[in-house]
Formats: sequence, C-alpha cells, structure tokens
Amino acid sequence: MNRTHPALIAGAAVVYLFLLGPLVVVVGSSFSTTTFLTFPPQGLSLRWYENALANGAFRASFVTSMQVAVGGTFLALLVGIPAAYAMARRRQALPGFLGLFFVLPILIPEIVTGFSLLRLAAVQVGIPVLPALILGHALLVLPYCVRVVGASLATFDFSAEEAAISLGCPPLKTFFTVVLPNIRSGIIAAFVLAFITSLNDVSISVFLTGPGISTLPIQILTYVEQFFDPTVAAVSVLLMVLTVAVMAIVERTLGLTSFTK
Amino acid sequence: MAKSSKASDRQGAAATWLLVAPALAIVAGLLVAPVANTATMPLTSGRAVALYQRFFTGAFNQAVTLRTLEIAAVTTVVSLVLGFVAAYVVARAPQKARSILIVAAVFPLLTGTVVRSFAFMVILGRNGLANDFLQKVGLASAPLQMLYTEFAVIVGLVYLFTPLMIVSLVGVLENIDPDLSRAAASLGATPGAVFRQVILPLAVPGLIVGSVLVFTGSFTAFATPQLLGGEQQTVLATLLYQKAMVSFDWMGAATIATVMVVITLLVVVAMTMLARRLNPATG
Repeated sequence: MNRTHPALIAGAAVVYLFLLGPLVVVVGSSFSTTTFLTFPPQGLSLRWYENALANGAFRASFVTSMQVAVGGTFLALLVGIPAAYAMARRRQALPGFLGLFFVLPILIPEIVTGFSLLRLAAVQVGIPVLPALILGHALLVLPYCVRVVGASLATFDFSAEEAAISLGCPPLKTFFTVVLPNIRSGIIAAFVLAFITSLNDVSISVFLTGPGISTLPIQILTYVEQFFDPTVAAVSVLLMVLTVAVMAIVERTLGLTSFTK
Repeated sequence: MAKSSKASDRQGAAATWLLVAPALAIVAGLLVAPVANTATMPLTSGRAVALYQRFFTGAFNQAVTLRTLEIAAVTTVVSLVLGFVAAYVVARAPQKARSILIVAAVFPLLTGTVVRSFAFMVILGRNGLANDFLQKVGLASAPLQMLYTEFAVIVGLVYLFTPLMIVSLVGVLENIDPDLSRAAASLGATPGAVFRQVILPLAVPGLIVGSVLVFTGSFTAFATPQLLGGEQQTVLATLLYQKAMVSFDWMGAATIATVMVVITLLVVVAMTMLARRLNPATG
C-alpha cells in the first residue's frame, strides 16, 4: 500500500519527458548543419552559434536585456527591502491590505500593464525607451523582492536588532551591520528570481521596446516571425546556459539549501 | 510621559511609512494609476456602452473571447491532471530523488516563455518531430498542419504551466500523512476510495492555488499564442497587442484590457472563495 503504483510512476516519467524533452530538442537542433530547424540534428556544427554571436541585433538586445535586468532588479530591491523590513518589523503600524497591494503587479495581467505603461511612458510623460524598460521591469519584479526578502525577515529574530540599538548602535548602522547580513541569502535569492524573471519577460517589454532598442526575448520573437533557422535555437541555448550559470554561482556561493530557507 | 511616547509613536509610524513609500510609489505610479487610466479610457469617452456592446456582440471578438476562455480552461484541466500525477510521485519519492525531481520541474520555469514556445515550433512544425513520428508509425500519410492551431497553443501552454502546477501541488501532497491512507485502507477502503475521500480533499488548497495560477497565466499569455497560434488563433492578449501596436486602435485595446482585468479578478476572487469553502482546515 505504501508503495506508489507502477502506473503512476510511469505516468510521472511521461510528464517529465514532456517537460525536459523540448529543451533537449532546442539544444539538439542548434547544432544541426541544415539551414532549417530539425531534430535529431543532421551533422554537427557550430555555425549557428557563430551566426548568433555575429548578429548585431542579438548582441545589442542582449546588452539591453542585461542593463534592464540589472537596473530593474536593483531598483526593485532598493525600494523592496525597506518595504519588506517595515512590514515585518512594524506590522501593526501598517494596514493589512499592503501585502495584497504589493502582489498587484502579478495579479493584473502583464499585457494590460505593458499597454498602460506604453501610454504613460510614450504619451503622457514621454520617458525614453531604456529608463521606461527599467521602470517597467522594476515594477514587474517588485513582488518577488518584497515576498522573498519578507520571508527571510520572518525568520529573523528582531531582538538582536533591539540589543544592538539598546547598546547604543544607531538604527541605520544596526540595519546594515545586524539585519542585512542575516537576510543576505534572502536578498540573493530575490535577486536571482527577479533577474531571471526580468530577463525572460515578454508581455511588458513588447510594448516598451522602441525602434533600435529591443530586449533579447523580443528580438528572438521578431526573428522567429521572419526566419526559421537554427540561429534562434543557438541563442536559446546560450540563454539557458546563462540561466544555469547564474544558478550554479548561487549554488556555489550559498548552496541551494539556503535558497529555500 | 504619555504624551512624549505618543509623539514618538507617531514619529515611528511616520518613519515606517517612509520606508514603505518608495515601493508604494512604484506600484501606485506605474501600475495602479496607468491601469486605472486605461480602464477608464472607454468609460470617459462618452461612448462606453457602444464600445462594450460592439466588443461583446462582434462575431470576431466573441470568437476570440470564447477561444481564450476555452484555451485557458483546457490548459488548466490538462496541467492539473499531469501536474497531479507527477507531484504525487515526487511527494512520495525518497528525499534525494525528490529534490532532483523538483529541480527538474523548476528548470523549465527558469527558461523563458519565448524559448519554450519556440521549442514547440520545432516539434510541431511540418518537418518536426511530431510529424516525423506520426508518419513513421503510419498515423499520417502527409505532414499534418499542427502549428497555428488551437491544439498547438494548448500544448505550448500546458508545457509552460505544468511545472507551476507540480510546484504548487508537491508541497500540499508532501504534508498529507501517509498514515491516513494506510488507516483508510486498513478499514477496507479501495485505493480509488482512498484517493477520492482522503487524498483529493486534503489536496484541495494546492489544487486551487495551482489552478488559479495556470488559468490566469494561460488566459493572459501572449508569447505562446503569438508564436504557436499566429493570426489564425488570435486570443485576447494578442488581439490587444494588435490593436495597440499594429492598428493603433488604443480605445479598442483599452476595451480588451478592461475585459481581461475584470475576468482575471473575477476568477481569482471566485477561486479564493471556493478555496475557503473547500479547505478542510477552515471549513
């Protein structure tokens, strides 16, 4: 009875094949020598990687994506950490709906947010493309920052902070020397989650990218609508490698166990 | 003394608000105000009734709305079934296998929607894996048109959202004490009865959280229907984009935006209420 039924295990195996198979297809087809996308790949070549790396539009959009992901994530953490701190430390001083308020960027359909930001940025205020993208992405990733840092603060014992203050340490210094080091893993986890979310975003970026400035996913989208060669597969693989690298760095420096704390 | 503590309280409250203020400003200024502005655009145009009437009575818009709802509903049900089977096995796997399986489920989530939808363009294309397979086993004599069908959009979205369902369900299923199923079985319940009467009711909170995430996610998805559905399978999100960026009919886009927000919020509220009613812990 305690053993899981073999049919269920087989079912789960099929689900996992369905989840991981398509990624294998993308990786495989990126090495094909053919000019069209096919799997299993025919031949073995790196020409599509060369093609991808030589493509000016992909390179430019990668740089933009990095600027937007780093800028947006930093901005979100900059405003999100104090907010999460205030909500954990002085819950009674703040209204209860505040938590819900910070989930709104997830709750409102992203495509609606994107369209509304387009009207705000392009028509009502007139913000240039790059700052508009950074602001839009900061909004997009703010919920993750507030929640992950908040979860980390929920396990922090604030009596350590009170002890430091009662011993004469100024509040700001206490925050930086006592609180911040203790929620370090939460902040890094929030950074990674926010960074990856921003790097992959389509629905907001698609409205805010302008002529000549595009993020990588939007550039891929545009490219795929015109050409159907393995270049995009190569770009996708490079993007996956980047994701794995970010995860590996976090794993190396922190361990995935501290990630879940 | 009392007075000064009150004053310092007020000072403390002010400082607390000061800490929250920048984040509040971002959400209020970049989300609440612009979205409210979009939502009121049709209302303040003086022809709101006509706009919504036109939207809901137009055959094309009706078809798009129904298609979007249908795609979201089917995606939710299919990923619920797939996610449940996988999560059930993962939750009962030994500790080490469990962490590997969870990482394997999370990894696709970290890969972007464009890349994951693109994968299915390769698989479902005319020379793709699926057509190769169907022709080899003799189920099709010529390549089938699978891309740009509702089927392709649903497959892509199920692929996108099943990991989310697994992650939502594993936590809940892990917490169901195996002794409960053992007790039920020792009292004569068949495996089917154990599943229906013990496991399923206890998994309801996870099922509802997962369903809300998947339904709202697939109802508002943009990249997947854009790539796998094309113009033949226009959904509300891609229609909004077309109106806003191709035909520059911003009033039409704002009308669709309102419809999307209202339906999304209705689903979230309804499912949350349902969760409260069905949750064994509160009901």
